[in-house]
Amino acid sequence: MSSILEINNLSLSFGGVKALQDVSFRVPENTVTTVIGPNGAGKTSLFNCISGFYKPQQGTIHYQGKALAGTKPPVRAAMGLARTFQNIALFRGMTVLDNIKLGAHVHMQSGLLGALAYFGAARREEMAVREHVERHIIDFLEIDHIRRQPVASLSYGLQKRVELARALAMRPKVLMLDEPVAGMNREEKEDMARFILDIREEWGVTVLMVEHDMGMVMDISDHIAVLNFGQVITEGPPAEVQNNPEVIEAYLGTSDMDSLRRKLNQEREVA
Amino acid sequence: MRIGDAKQSYEADEAIWTSSTQKVWFSLFLVGLLVFPFMADAYLLYLGCMVGIAVISTTGLNILTGFTGLISLGQAGFMGVGGYTVAWLSMNTALPFPITLLLAGLLAAAVGILVGLPSLRVKGLYLAIATLAASVFLHFIFAEWESVTGGMGGLSLDPAHLFGLTFQSDFAMYFIIVPLAVLMVFGATNIFRTRTGRAFIAIRDRDISAEILGINLLRYKLMSFALSSFYAGVAGGLFAYFYRVVTPESFPLSMSIFYLAAVIVGGMGNLLGGILGAAFMTLIPEALKLLTAALTPFYPNAPIFMSPMLEIIFGALIVGFLIFEPHGLAEIWHRIRRFFSLWPFKN
Repeated sequence: MSSILEINNLSLSFGGVKALQDVSFRVPENTVTTVIGPNGAGKTSLFNCISGFYKPQQGTIHYQGKALAGTKPPVRAAMGLARTFQNIALFRGMTVLDNIKLGAHVHMQSGLLGALAYFGAARREEMAVREHVERHIIDFLEIDHIRRQPVASLSYGLQKRVELARALAMRPKVLMLDEPVAGMNREEKEDMARFILDIREEWGVTVLMVEHDMGMVMDISDHIAVLNFGQVITEGPPAEVQNNPEVIEAYLGTSDMDSLRRKLNQEREVA
Repeated sequence: MRIGDAKQSYEADEAIWTSSTQKVWFSLFLVGLLVFPFMADAYLLYLGCMVGIAVISTTGLNILTGFTGLISLGQAGFMGVGGYTVAWLSMNTALPFPITLLLAGLLAAAVGILVGLPSLRVKGLYLAIATLAASVFLHFIFAEWESVTGGMGGLSLDPAHLFGLTFQSDFAMYFIIVPLAVLMVFGATNIFRTRTGRAFIAIRDRDISAEILGINLLRYKLMSFALSSFYAGVAGGLFAYFYRVVTPESFPLSMSIFYLAAVIVGGMGNLLGGILGAAFMTLIPEALKLLTAALTPFYPNAPIFMSPMLEIIFGALIVGFLIFEPHGLAEIWHRIRRFFSLWPFKN
């Protein structure tokens, strides 16, 4: 399986804080790949590097075989890298429909004069986007009943869904989801998991996800990378990762008293 | 009660007027605008022209401050650029007014782009100060570049003309100003039906995620500055044609604050709000003067008592609106509409 996204030896630090150290992993094409790890492990920093919002000090990110360094965020968006945000980043002054249409921005051409006159190509383009959004996105995500509402009035779960809709309007090749089911109830989680699987299967989109809900991660992921303290501990299929002792240690601590003593001694020596 | 407006096509759903009631009311409003100059006396006609110019400039500033979230104190400066362009062109060329106004708008837009350059780095109050500096700088140019601007004495200009017609009276100017105001508000409405307008709002609401969603921040911020200054330039040009004289004092800093207040009182990020705000800010001081005149027969001391109070009452009204109607005058309008759209079944 070829990789659509390859991350090699990525390092990012803010002053003395090392957010990412020598991170390497790959995202196989047309899979659901999940990055897991405890809080502060550097998952969102990694997403921000891929989006182009942070500039890593070292390392490379290759997307479809091309190095991304120096490419500005809007250009990356046009290349097919779409994302949602951990703390919902919808545009509160707009309706659901306008938020979703905004996602299609990079695939539209109309300029200022066309917009002023709302005539000819500009008008046809708006109508084409509306039709695409209605038929393929609003219908698919079952949000037709709220399309006219301002996003600020929606429940948390629906806001997350609208954010997904907006990312889909970008016609992504890689869809990055930052904690898509955080704060949702069981039913909303199940819906979201179904949408993610459908997006991969029906749209042929590669999904790269950060998520804490282990049940969902193990159920729908094809490939998992585990981050801890800015480093990749392991990567592989869910079953393999689940049984990796280092992962268990990172998440649960360990029941092995000897290893705990060894660790404490090591820390004492360092101190 | 509004019923029976189910839509058959997306086109109909995205129209500006989505019900026949709206179309009827808007047509009546346009007829009213057309009839007004034939009924109004000189004073009302003058006010009508003033409101028209204010609507154009406020709409421009609303695009920049209300929709794109970039606070500007440079509006009077941009209007000045437009005013001086029209004055200079009318003295040195024989161009008709549509061309001079267009050039005034374009030159103001170019200046606006220059002034907007820092907006990629600074926002909020810092940007307000940067634009303030630009407006002081423009004022300096108006006063000192004597060979072009006539220095402190300013320039006087010929009336607007087109196809041999001259537009000398307020009555004639009304037929330039008001149709242009309607056209430009209509253009602004269209902007916010397309991707350009959505990009502006996205920048206002969350500029970082807007960039990650594919919006080139610098390009759209400068576009907003250009558009806003274009509106200001045209308004300034009309201002010059209306008074037929421009001096550095025609476009003082207080004018920038006037337009910012109009945007805020009317409702930021709401085009109707901008119109209502422009009318409010222009008409209330006049209404207060009329009130004083009406009180004089009963209280002979009214003018002495009222004239120093006018500014205070005006200021208190603005503060009152900000406290009791933080979303602006437009919100009052929306409440009235909501009431009637369900009336008489629910209130």
